[in-house]
Amino acid sequence: MTVAIFSRRKFLIGTAAAAGGLSLGFHVPFAAQAQERSAIQPEVNAWVLIRPDDTVVIRIARSEMGQGTLTGLAQLAAEELDCDWSKVTTEYPTPGDSLRRNRIWGSFATGGSRGIRESHEYVRQGGAAAREMLVAAAATLWKVPANECSAANSVITHASSGRTVTYGAVASLAAQMPPPTNVRLKNPKDWKIAGKPLPRLDTPDKLTGKQVYGVDLKLPGMLNAAIKACPVFGGKVASFDAAAASGMPGVRKIVQVDETAVAVVADTWWQAHSALNALPIVWDEGPNTNVTSETIASMLREGLDAEDAVVGTAIGDARAALADSAKVVTATYSFPYQAHATMEPMNATARYTTDKCEVWVPTQNGEASLVAAAEASGLPIEQCEVNKLHLGGGFGRRGAYQEYVRQAVRLAKEFPGTPVKLIWSREEDMLHGAYHPVTQCRFSAALDASGTVAALHMRISGQSILWPLRAEVRETGRDPAVFQGLRDGGTEDAFGYTIPNLLIDHAMRNPPVPPGFWRGVNLNQNALYVECFIDELAHEAGTDPLDFRRKLLVNHPKHLAVLEAVAERVGWEKPPGNGIHRGLAQIMGFGSYVAAAAEVSVTDGQLKIHRIVAATDPGHIVNPAQAERQVEGSFVYGLSACLFGECTISGGRVEQENFDTYEVMRMDQMPAVETILMPSGDFWGGVGEPTIAVAGPAVLNAVFAATGKRIRQLPLKNNNLGV
Amino acid sequence: MARLTINGETRDIEVDPETPLLWVLREQAGLTGTKFGCGIAQCGACTVHIDGVATRSCAMPVSAIAQDQQIVTIEGLSEDGSHPVQQAWLALDVPQCGYCQAGMIMAAAALLNSTPKPNDDDISAEITNICRCGTYNRVRAAIKLAAETASASQKG
Repeated sequence: MTVAIFSRRKFLIGTAAAAGGLSLGFHVPFAAQAQERSAIQPEVNAWVLIRPDDTVVIRIARSEMGQGTLTGLAQLAAEELDCDWSKVTTEYPTPGDSLRRNRIWGSFATGGSRGIRESHEYVRQGGAAAREMLVAAAATLWKVPANECSAANSVITHASSGRTVTYGAVASLAAQMPPPTNVRLKNPKDWKIAGKPLPRLDTPDKLTGKQVYGVDLKLPGMLNAAIKACPVFGGKVASFDAAAASGMPGVRKIVQVDETAVAVVADTWWQAHSALNALPIVWDEGPNTNVTSETIASMLREGLDAEDAVVGTAIGDARAALADSAKVVTATYSFPYQAHATMEPMNATARYTTDKCEVWVPTQNGEASLVAAAEASGLPIEQCEVNKLHLGGGFGRRGAYQEYVRQAVRLAKEFPGTPVKLIWSREEDMLHGAYHPVTQCRFSAALDASGTVAALHMRISGQSILWPLRAEVRETGRDPAVFQGLRDGGTEDAFGYTIPNLLIDHAMRNPPVPPGFWRGVNLNQNALYVECFIDELAHEAGTDPLDFRRKLLVNHPKHLAVLEAVAERVGWEKPPGNGIHRGLAQIMGFGSYVAAAAEVSVTDGQLKIHRIVAATDPGHIVNPAQAERQVEGSFVYGLSACLFGECTISGGRVEQENFDTYEVMRMDQMPAVETILMPSGDFWGGVGEPTIAVAGPAVLNAVFAATGKRIRQLPLKNNNLGV
Repeated sequence: MARLTINGETRDIEVDPETPLLWVLREQAGLTGTKFGCGIAQCGACTVHIDGVATRSCAMPVSAIAQDQQIVTIEGLSEDGSHPVQQAWLALDVPQCGYCQAGMIMAAAALLNSTPKPNDDDISAEITNICRCGTYNRVRAAIKLAAETASASQKG
């Protein structure tokens, strides 16, 4: 059995880390396909099914949560398959099938903007291998050499005899052909399906109510559950008075799910929810009841001056250069907790019997969900299965942590054979997040007489996302993800500015509020800190912020190119309109180069963001229309955080429970966004996240231009400025 | 027991009258296109039409709705996705995750009923639904497109 190749524990850690965007190495065993091939007849290979009516089903392991990966990966496979795009549909393989087939679909993890950039190669190979097998089948049928046949638009042609056959007619035979050991992929400049702004495959069902999300699942005999966990982090259930609610309409059972949570299972969710609200629960609030936003801020402030810190990037001797400098500029920034606030609250459905556990869940990582199902059911992983459903938003919340799956399985165990659907209320969702971590940052920069940055020390103090997930992080206090966007070189997120004496270090301080991967992850605050402070230095040096950056980016032409592109489009060299002020920002993250220019006005203390110009160079673009939408959407996520986003802590719990107190950007605040896509080839970067990181600093730098006030403590709404 | 007219069909539904319309639609009527987002009428994912007016169904008990009031959900906006708003959404490929989009579409359709040619301020004031993926600019463009096509078809 393939599962024996890796231990459960190793698998758990691997999938958890991958969910957050860390590389999980694996080999996609193409040569093994012959032995592993399923008995399903129209399956040409693991990636491609072709039905007799020429319908092409492309299997996509990564999850669709709005980012367009489903369509993009299908375009890549279809491109190499040379099939008729109008006949393409997609399906998710299940994580259980993947395990049984030696993880033939690779990673299911959908995070870190990796959906396309980390699977494009084997997905394209899957399409290309299927094409060769289809051609080989036609050649066998016609008794001609395969190299005399060509394929295009789902039709195979033998030119010299004029014979043609459609893919559907030879798919069964193709499945019997030996898979090629090597396939040649097309040069992207020859792409006809990939690289084009094709409409999404999943749009029509989203316009009529047909699309089934996790919360919409209906199974025969299904029960519904609502849950409440102790709102104080680290607290537990002390007691609850089941008798007070067990007689309410529809209630089937009141269950203590684990140490921390109580659930009501009822015929309908509304009945479960109503009974849960009527249920008296006494919490043992545990050790964190004195934790507040202020105690956390003070814990982080201590880290700003701590002797002990982990070095991320060190060039030259920044401390000595700062000590010798005539002019040192300092500034301290902070970034608060953020909730993901996916529109679809956390949910999962499970059905348990003594020999099988099935889960239906909107998940960013089907394999992590499978592990959670196995753990919670107590069944061997081979007896568990996960059916992935569309996500009503993910943003990092539905990957590394799968507690809703564990809860649903535990509830299903109370009703063997009966499916139980668990839906969190919005309040539960807000109170039990895996929050964007909290950090503070102190800069000290040495500016010499010519206005050059001779030295820079960037001290980050704060929370580690990987600390709860990885033993080595807990042992060493070193979390490499903290330095996102700040690395000395590399292809993922190199720091663009050349400064002769540079020290970037991190004092890890972990408050008792669970951190998680939040769209953009640590690039968000790192870019905000760096890009605002670089702006400060430019003003301090009396230099135009664009010219100042040009000088510092001289060794990083791709960083500079996106910045130049937004500056040119926004008209940086010309004065803005009356009352309009501009700001710039750039960063590299998730393998891509991004920049933004913002135009804002501040009238009577009220901020208005008029226009954003954004540029992105992700190397290759598989669907420019979807890339544009990701860039636009990044400003909603990034500016929601910058303007309003803040989970405050009091009594050891989050104070915001719903959208009335956790404000997010709405239509009237949304600026016009102009997107410049400038793929320069030769590398594959992500699109879904990097731009979020430049949204905030571009706007904050424009606010400084408008007001002369430097905002260093986020969110902006706490700075006497109307948003 | 509640007697409701949903998408043109009168139904007797066995339910506690204090149950919000959203959950009656989703759990008793089997119409899951209308979404649960917040439960406090803040996000608009649950928007339906009651007598043509955009209404957030998550905070409205069914006892507040008379049996002759016409409730229309996304499933009943058109039989086949042919409503001008749905067509505009399709033309501009508006949705990302799509979860908020049924509410957006219902809010937009109601806006166009009352204001056939909405300007930017009308759209900003009336479409207060939350989208976390960030479709706002395309929602705005699709509303304008739907307004144009609706008026063109009326003229035609």
